[in-house]
Amino acid sequence: MTRIRGDSGGTGPPVEKARASSSVGGSPAGRLRRVRTDRVLLVIAVPGLAYFLFFHYGALFGNVLAFQDYIPFLGVRGSEWVGLAHFERMFGDPAFWNAVENTLIIAALQLVFFFPAPLALALLLNSLVGDTVRRFVQSVIYLPHFLSWVIVIALFQQMLGGAGVVNGWLSDLGAGGVSIIGNPDAYGPLVIAQLIWKECGWATIIFLAALSQVDEQQYEAAALDGAGWGRRLWHVTLPAIRPVIVLLLVLRLGEFLSIGFEQFFLQRQSVGPETGEVLETFVYFTGFAGGDFGYAAAVGLFKGLIGVVLIYTANKVAHRLGEQGVYKA
Amino acid sequence: MRSVTAPPAWKGRPGPAVRAAKAVALTVVVALVVFPLWTVLATSLASPRNVIENGGWVIWPREFSLDAYADILQGGIITRALLVSTGVTLVGTALSLSCTIGLAYTLSRPRVYGGKPMLLLVLFTFLFPPGMVPLFLVVQGAGLFDQYAALVLPFLINVFNLVVMRGFFQAIPQELLDAARMDGAGELAILRKVVLPLSKAVIAVIGLFYAVAYWNRFFEAIIYFNDQTKWPIGTVLRQYVTGGASLSESAGELAATSPQSVQMAVVMLATLPIVCVYPFLQRYFAKGVLTGALKA
Repeated sequence: MTRIRGDSGGTGPPVEKARASSSVGGSPAGRLRRVRTDRVLLVIAVPGLAYFLFFHYGALFGNVLAFQDYIPFLGVRGSEWVGLAHFERMFGDPAFWNAVENTLIIAALQLVFFFPAPLALALLLNSLVGDTVRRFVQSVIYLPHFLSWVIVIALFQQMLGGAGVVNGWLSDLGAGGVSIIGNPDAYGPLVIAQLIWKECGWATIIFLAALSQVDEQQYEAAALDGAGWGRRLWHVTLPAIRPVIVLLLVLRLGEFLSIGFEQFFLQRQSVGPETGEVLETFVYFTGFAGGDFGYAAAVGLFKGLIGVVLIYTANKVAHRLGEQGVYKA
Repeated sequence: MRSVTAPPAWKGRPGPAVRAAKAVALTVVVALVVFPLWTVLATSLASPRNVIENGGWVIWPREFSLDAYADILQGGIITRALLVSTGVTLVGTALSLSCTIGLAYTLSRPRVYGGKPMLLLVLFTFLFPPGMVPLFLVVQGAGLFDQYAALVLPFLINVFNLVVMRGFFQAIPQELLDAARMDGAGELAILRKVVLPLSKAVIAVIGLFYAVAYWNRFFEAIIYFNDQTKWPIGTVLRQYVTGGASLSESAGELAATSPQSVQMAVVMLATLPIVCVYPFLQRYFAKGVLTGALKA
């Protein structure tokens, strides 16, 4: 189909066409013409591009801070260069390693306990025959995703805190109270419970979409062969959505270190840095509270670079698996 | 299995035991979500005496009182914060949507000049999000300290939203756009009269995502604002409700009501807009996001 916006007839890529059509003046003339044809499109893209250039690429450039003894008064230009000193300090800093350890522990807990939760919930929802009940439950469980971490943590304090609802019940029953909020030993399970409460429902969406694609005829065939619901789940449902599960798992591994910031920022004080410090709160408290901007930027950059490697690898793996999935299907 | 009108036989109605187990599981799940929100609502509506007698919270208020809401809406820091958040959310969402639509539409056109480099430029930021400290410097350098713009501009476009929107635009049949072009419509007219009306669902959902993100934002005000009177509701909420020792401070300011009711009223007011908007947009989720998210 010819497009009016195109330079002329023909199906070749536009760049080649532009070159071919302007043999005397070289490509600039052709380029100019293409800019002119696309001018409206280019203009409406400008605010968005400006945003990315300024805030994202500007901030990317701001990472030079990690190699400076940054003093706010002197700015990036005036501050002294220190090379890799911040990174050397980082590797010898027990507080940094403590944050790394906590981050890895929480990331592992998230992977083991949070990742399967939405799958289980999605299987339960998918097995419902009635549409009304299902839709009602979905509306309820999607809601927490839209609440802020401040609210979620306020709710958890109200429920599980020292003077909270659960401890009230326990004392009514004559049982001793449980100490959950502010108890370092309970911090891991607590943050996972909060994450599940907030995000589990929302995360079912993608599994439900995958489940709705499962071939009905396979269920029919399995049922005719006398397979009960348990065997249909194991032999039909799970194999059918396995590619999606694997894909999500790989992508999750790519974001292994992205455990979130606000949730941990809000609760670090309640358990203390020993348990509550993760990499991003470490950056915040060193940089903004401690004024050690260069060092904080170095830690942030280090985490960012590891993140790039992880995401890049995960995407490569996912791509390969994705292709395989297509061939199999 | 018996009835013909029932759902397909192979989906099979399970036995009563399984159905009961499912019903229990679902009830528990729903209760776990609803109950905390309910307690907050109940506590915020109970009279101070009721709350204190019950030890700081109630599930079913015996004495109702709207004093907590009256107190915080009288024009103190919380009233101001609600206004700030409302303004930031409205302006921010409008700006974010316009910029996202503009860039997504351009990137969705095949063969637009510089399309590929622009796309790569955008997608790369997904791989390497700006660090907290460098971003702080950029915002500082732009002179956005104590400016409401600091709550909007650094988050103008979310790459995920952009990619979803672009995917949606790409899925619009080219014939429709070509037909409009034949009629002499320019790119802007096509965008306004053909593309946008077809994209209501995705715009509604992404608008909701942006609005919720703006409404919930609290951290940025902590680092960018020295002037606490400019704080949005999230930041105030953090200070007064989850900020540890701040309970007595807020009680001092609002001695007439029980601090718990006031706290819970603040939580309620921060939650309410989301709970109110949510049902209207929920029906779009399946249509808009699902397809986009799966592709992305």
